[in-house]
Amino acid sequence: MNALKTILLRREMGILVVIILFCLAVGIVKPRFLALDNFRTMLMLVPLIMIVAMGQMLVIIARHVDLSVGSTLGFAAMMTALMFKTAPDIPWYLGFLVAIGIGAVLGFMNGLTVIVFRLPAIIVTLGTLYLYRGLTFIASGAKQIDRQFIPGPLKAMSANAPNFWFPWILIIALAVVLITYWFANHSRLGRQIYAIGSNPVAAPLRGIPVTAVTLTVFSISGALAGLAGIMYASRWGFVNPSNTGWGFEFQVIAAVVIGGVSINGGVGSVLGVVLGVLLLGCVSSALPLLGIPGTVQSAIYGLVIIVALVIDQSVRERGIQALTTARGART
Amino acid sequence: MTDAAAAASETPLIAARGISKSFAAIEVLRDVDLDLKHGEIHALLGENGAGKSTFAKILAGVHRPSRGTLALNGTPVEVPNPIAAQKLGITLIHQEPISFPDLSVAENLVLGRTGGSPLGGVPWVEMTREARRLMDLLGVKIDVTRPMRGLSIADQQMVEIARALASDSRLIIMDEPTAPLTPKEVETLFTIARRLRDEGRTIVFISHRLEEVRVLCDRVTIFRDGNKIATETIGNLTDADIIRLMIGRPLREFLHKTRTSIGDVALKVDNLTSPGLFADISFEVRKGEIVGLGGLVGAGRTDVARALFGVAPAASGTVAIDGKTVSIRQPSQAIDLGLAYVSEDRAVSGIFRTLSVEENITAAVPKQIAPGGVIRRAVEKALASDSVRKLRIRLASLRQPIGELSGGNQQKAILARWLLTDPSVLILDEPTRGIDIGVKAEFYEMIGELAASGRAILLISSELPELLALCDRVLVMSEGRLTANIPRADATQESIMHAAVPRTRVAA
Amino acid sequence: MTTEPMTSPSEPITPSVTDAAPARPLWQVILIRPVMMTVVLLILEPIVASIFWPQSIDLQYILSTFTLTAPLALMALVLTLVIISGEIDLSPASSMALTACVFAAVLQAGLPFPLAVVVCIGLGFVLGLFNAFLVVYLRLPSLIATIGTLTFYRGLAQVLAGDASIKFPEWYQGLNLVTVLGIPVPDLIVTLAAILLALLLSATIFGRQIYQTGTNEIAAQHAGIRTRLIKTALFVTLGVVSALAGMMFTSQLGTVRYDLGLGGELQMVLMAMLGGTYIFGGRGSILGTFLAAWLLSIMTNAMNTASWLPATQFCLLGVLLIVSIIITNFIYSRTQR
Repeated sequence: MNALKTILLRREMGILVVIILFCLAVGIVKPRFLALDNFRTMLMLVPLIMIVAMGQMLVIIARHVDLSVGSTLGFAAMMTALMFKTAPDIPWYLGFLVAIGIGAVLGFMNGLTVIVFRLPAIIVTLGTLYLYRGLTFIASGAKQIDRQFIPGPLKAMSANAPNFWFPWILIIALAVVLITYWFANHSRLGRQIYAIGSNPVAAPLRGIPVTAVTLTVFSISGALAGLAGIMYASRWGFVNPSNTGWGFEFQVIAAVVIGGVSINGGVGSVLGVVLGVLLLGCVSSALPLLGIPGTVQSAIYGLVIIVALVIDQSVRERGIQALTTARGART
Repeated sequence: MTDAAAAASETPLIAARGISKSFAAIEVLRDVDLDLKHGEIHALLGENGAGKSTFAKILAGVHRPSRGTLALNGTPVEVPNPIAAQKLGITLIHQEPISFPDLSVAENLVLGRTGGSPLGGVPWVEMTREARRLMDLLGVKIDVTRPMRGLSIADQQMVEIARALASDSRLIIMDEPTAPLTPKEVETLFTIARRLRDEGRTIVFISHRLEEVRVLCDRVTIFRDGNKIATETIGNLTDADIIRLMIGRPLREFLHKTRTSIGDVALKVDNLTSPGLFADISFEVRKGEIVGLGGLVGAGRTDVARALFGVAPAASGTVAIDGKTVSIRQPSQAIDLGLAYVSEDRAVSGIFRTLSVEENITAAVPKQIAPGGVIRRAVEKALASDSVRKLRIRLASLRQPIGELSGGNQQKAILARWLLTDPSVLILDEPTRGIDIGVKAEFYEMIGELAASGRAILLISSELPELLALCDRVLVMSEGRLTANIPRADATQESIMHAAVPRTRVAA
Repeated sequence: MTTEPMTSPSEPITPSVTDAAPARPLWQVILIRPVMMTVVLLILEPIVASIFWPQSIDLQYILSTFTLTAPLALMALVLTLVIISGEIDLSPASSMALTACVFAAVLQAGLPFPLAVVVCIGLGFVLGLFNAFLVVYLRLPSLIATIGTLTFYRGLAQVLAGDASIKFPEWYQGLNLVTVLGIPVPDLIVTLAAILLALLLSATIFGRQIYQTGTNEIAAQHAGIRTRLIKTALFVTLGVVSALAGMMFTSQLGTVRYDLGLGGELQMVLMAMLGGTYIFGGRGSILGTFLAAWLLSIMTNAMNTASWLPATQFCLLGVLLIVSIIITNFIYSRTQR
């Protein structure tokens, strides 16, 4: 029954088609949209979401959700920026370790709470969304960390191209995507994540260490959010306790759900999520050109999440239907 | 010792001694001694609840025995969980195979087996090659790169067997494997089983189908009421022998069914069909009549009940209540028309565990306890106490959560719930399951009284003595169809069982 | 979502020989329940606050500052019913903002007041109905679906109002300043609503069926209870109430922006959880949520007086959310047999 396989394949194809059609449509109205430098602008919108979306993808495949990624991003960014501010002599690349480490710890705490108290991840991370944001405020004294405190080399990573045409942060995002692809498809742990999401009851029976895998998944999500945090500092040059990462989680979830990752777990591909992020990037960059205020973005994201959920649900139900008729007795 | 040495010295692969198992206070297995030899296909036979499945699950590490020992090739072993069983080379293939539906067939075959670090690479190429090899070995054409989701049960079973082979299992237990298979698929399965046996492995085959058992198996062990009754080479037993051993217990006459005047047709069902579940079901139940519906688990009886009650309406067919054709699409309609359904699994679809006994009993009659919307506590209390008295429900207080009551009293409360709706047709689905003897007797009395008061009763049950004691007629379903309509005079355990067991579909 | 591989139908279910367990002593039933947690906190909190910030326990002060919490409290009360029925709705704060923006816009456009009210409440009805459609009819998981609608409705409000503050006519403002017997009207509205809903929940058959639906939806369906209708009614009611809350809120503030009640979903869920509502459905009380709303109001006051920033306050709220769920779950699992 290659039918099911074709549906999945069609999902990524579908997103690609939508992207192409959208770009063509906007391009007709505003030819500037298709200009090369606009393409580059659009690409620059994308790396942060891309990185965090990779982590979120794994979490959702494991049949959980992490709503706190935006706040984790903000907190990690703030702590790193504070470090730069208070100790300007520290080598700037150490910031990466700090940010990723802090993010991993925050993610680990999410996972721990979910496992130990057997609470739904969505509620726990709703709580930590606010908790981590609040901690960011406390740590920073509610003050922004300005441009001068962010190390020059860090900011430069987002500016000009070292070798090719793409700034470092794009390359880092690409690297994360490739590593996630390898991890999800070619590592035992990655496949175990899919297994847990596909059938959480069967997983322990097949010897999968559910607790360890779950903790790892949340830690990865947090770590990637932390990485995105220092990327934020690089990209924008400042860290602000109220803006940095605020509302980020919805964009990320929207991208992931568009990309074909099922809320019910077990299903999802890196390619799909990448396309989902690109689609949202296209839409975001098209809005200002079309004169649509950025305020519409939220509405669009919300609508997108709903539509993607409905599609996801109906695909799932058709799949279940197929399974049921295949079991038919001799009637 | 190794398998080869054991086989040579005739040491059994598995030697079970004194295996007993109780769930809470109910003893499900009692002192079972059993040997499983190398290189044999061994059948476990018995009625529903006889203990054969429980025994198999103990071997597979799903349950732990309350008492008794197991020895593998002469060495004592413990099987504390399914993973330990796998390590010992014991694999259980469930009736409904468990798998990871979103992962590919090849992955399902391999996952959880290979040792190695979490970040170790997944050898896709080797995995796929190995999976194809196993599938070819079984003679099965499944694309190993496709997801498990959507595979027919037969194919899923094949994958489970391939898994057992991949982990080089020495004991493969198959629990009712042939139920969803076509004759051709059964043939394939049997060929593979025989080949595995010839390789020196042991197959345990749990089944109801005597014809298949006779064709496939070398020896057979018969369970009854938690005891092992006999182990014999299949050739030494006739079908009649087997059936007698399976069910031969002194018939407990709980009550002589009192002669009730049987009235008009209260429920008439014509050609009820639900694809995949049941087909062409036609029968009628008269007022004052108790009609039994027997059959094996999975025959489709509960599906018929759910269709009649509107929980999962049928695709086609007609239902008439008191002569009027009705279309029931949801339970509230059924209740208004005078239908009541005491469902099979009270924990899932019956009780509100944390709510009070009172609230549970009055759950189906909102209009009686709250005619204007506001609950009349006094009315509710009166109704509930009345029910408690009439059905002799033992509880500490009406306000206590129903979950604190014993199983029998919970079931009585559910029955009370439905009696309050004053149904003209009452469908009872395994009403005495999980209830001890004393309360069962009370139930039988109550069912008799209900019929005597003019209600039409459809009694779905897997317990033959129950059907024989209570029913005026016994309908039997097998694999989604009605296979018999046996009047009381002709109803015996043998005749019911004969109609319940599926037809021969295997060429010897 | 889960598959059940293990149970064999041929095994006895719930085997038991003993009679009913003896009923728990009455004092235990009354005292050991989640709402006690709320009561304890409610008693402790002012004591703690009064030590650090004496002004915060002045009764008049408490009553007048509760008016800011009142709109959220109103929605939290109905949200409690939704959670008891086994679902959840994170969108009411956004519905409130959207309906309030529409209300303001329509008034400014010159529509007569009664008509504007109808439009506002009608929109709330529609927003609630949409939620019901997604959750009850399409069977999407309610948590994610209402996150989608929360984003969508808030976005629509943003589209409508942009960054602007839409003003309300003078005569409409100042509801919170109107007092009856010294108690501000918003407080009274919330109290009245709490009384009504508490009565609904405990004394009517509808309330009883909400509990039954949340305890075991399958059993409820088998018993003939119209679970889909009940859930739809609850979502729609929540939509309407969020419109009412918006009308209340905007009268206090005098203007409306798209970000009215931003972050309110956390506070509402927190009120319900602090009030001892069981996240998985089937248990909870209006009294608990009502007390928790006051508790939250007092706490917010104390934090404001201590000059804590909003984000810092949210931080504490986030912790409280998790802790309260843990405690509630613990109490409920201990008292279950």
